[in-house]
Amino acid sequence: MSKTHVTTSINASLHEFLCEPGDTLLDVLRNELQLTGTKEGCGTGDCGACSVTLNGRLVCACLVLAVEVEGMEVGTIEGIGQSDSLDVIQEKFLEHAALQCGICTPGLIVSTKALLDENPDPTEAEARYYLAGNLCRCTGYDKIIRAVMDAAATLGGAKEGV
Amino acid sequence: MVSIVYAAPTSIQDAVELLADNAMPANVLAGGTDLLIQTRAQAGSAESRLFVDVKKIKGMSSANMTPQGLELGPSISCAEFTARDDIRALYPGLVEAAGLIGSTQIQGRASLGGNLCNSSPAADTIPALIVNSAQCVIVGTQGERRVTVEDFVTGVGSNCMHQGELLKLIFVPTPVARTSDAYLRFIPRSEMDIAVVGAGVSVTLDASGSCQAARVSIGAVAPRALLVPEAAAALIGTSLDAAALTAAASAASAAAKPISDKRGTAEYRQHVVGVLVKRATLIAADRVKP
Repeated sequence: MSKTHVTTSINASLHEFLCEPGDTLLDVLRNELQLTGTKEGCGTGDCGACSVTLNGRLVCACLVLAVEVEGMEVGTIEGIGQSDSLDVIQEKFLEHAALQCGICTPGLIVSTKALLDENPDPTEAEARYYLAGNLCRCTGYDKIIRAVMDAAATLGGAKEGV
Repeated sequence: MVSIVYAAPTSIQDAVELLADNAMPANVLAGGTDLLIQTRAQAGSAESRLFVDVKKIKGMSSANMTPQGLELGPSISCAEFTARDDIRALYPGLVEAAGLIGSTQIQGRASLGGNLCNSSPAADTIPALIVNSAQCVIVGTQGERRVTVEDFVTGVGSNCMHQGELLKLIFVPTPVARTSDAYLRFIPRSEMDIAVVGAGVSVTLDASGSCQAARVSIGAVAPRALLVPEAAAALIGTSLDAAALTAAASAASAAAKPISDKRGTAEYRQHVVGVLVKRATLIAADRVKP
């Protein structure tokens, strides 16, 4: 079967790739485009390790067919922070030791960014509900939530200073 | 491995022609959160399957408020739907049901039409659609037909749609004045679970608080969500006092035909469905604007 040609924007730069109709966005990100920051956990939309944004909406890349993203905007962990400087969310995850093995971390950071874009000043309960689709088997979540709340406070503080 | 053929038609007519073609089994692809997993579960099969992505068809993913009611594109994502304040103002129970499905990530893709067409007995939006008297507009090569949501689902995972048909629109009529709704479900966790029991209620009150009209629907306690006219009858004509609520709860428990499974026993579900009907009635009544 012939492959399908897809043109899409990933982290605000234009990408083209060829894929099989059954390939997921996760398959293509990792195996074709070498964007391996997005992790594969369960592959069934339960764990959130493959969280990316699609036209600004948080989704699981394992539940999106790559052919569907033609003309859309994809956001991955590689689009957060610069190669020489971290995003505030990344800094706060490090500061609060909000990770151990690290497999859930890219997904959690992408989800936290989506949360704070939508709701810059969440309550702890709102943050916990929003991030309920990102499973972490190491930390027990407490340090993650501390990092998220600190990032929200820091970003909010930065806004007030402008 | 199932071999997938992908098509993204831009018109209803093209979609229906693709779905009606007998060359290979065809599925409608909306959010894909059920379809992709169900397809992967058939990993041993060597068949080819056509996925008809309907999201590029105009109107399939939008929601329009008209004087007559809400014209809901079936492939609208739960995230987009629940963000609409104009919809929440009229149908708060339907919006809270859609907001209960899966995680934030699932909400970004999963659609109301998908929840309906997947036809799970525990689907959260189905009782909420039923109490709002929602109708399904189904289109096929022979033309269009309308089916009420309570008649749409026929059993566990099955519905009245035939091969070659597409759910084109969900129509939710504008509620009459002084009407509101609520949906509650019971899960043993606080998030990310499937309903053990669900209950939707819509009530219309007069200026004195007397119930003029009601609809009650229960989920996860039978092969499909049920409309329970006996529970509604127990509420109508009352001030929703304790006796009326108890009678409605008993009617809901009597109508329930639950099974016992890992999420709950039949006896437990039969009891809890009555409790949820009582509580949802009070929430809906409290939401009625004077």
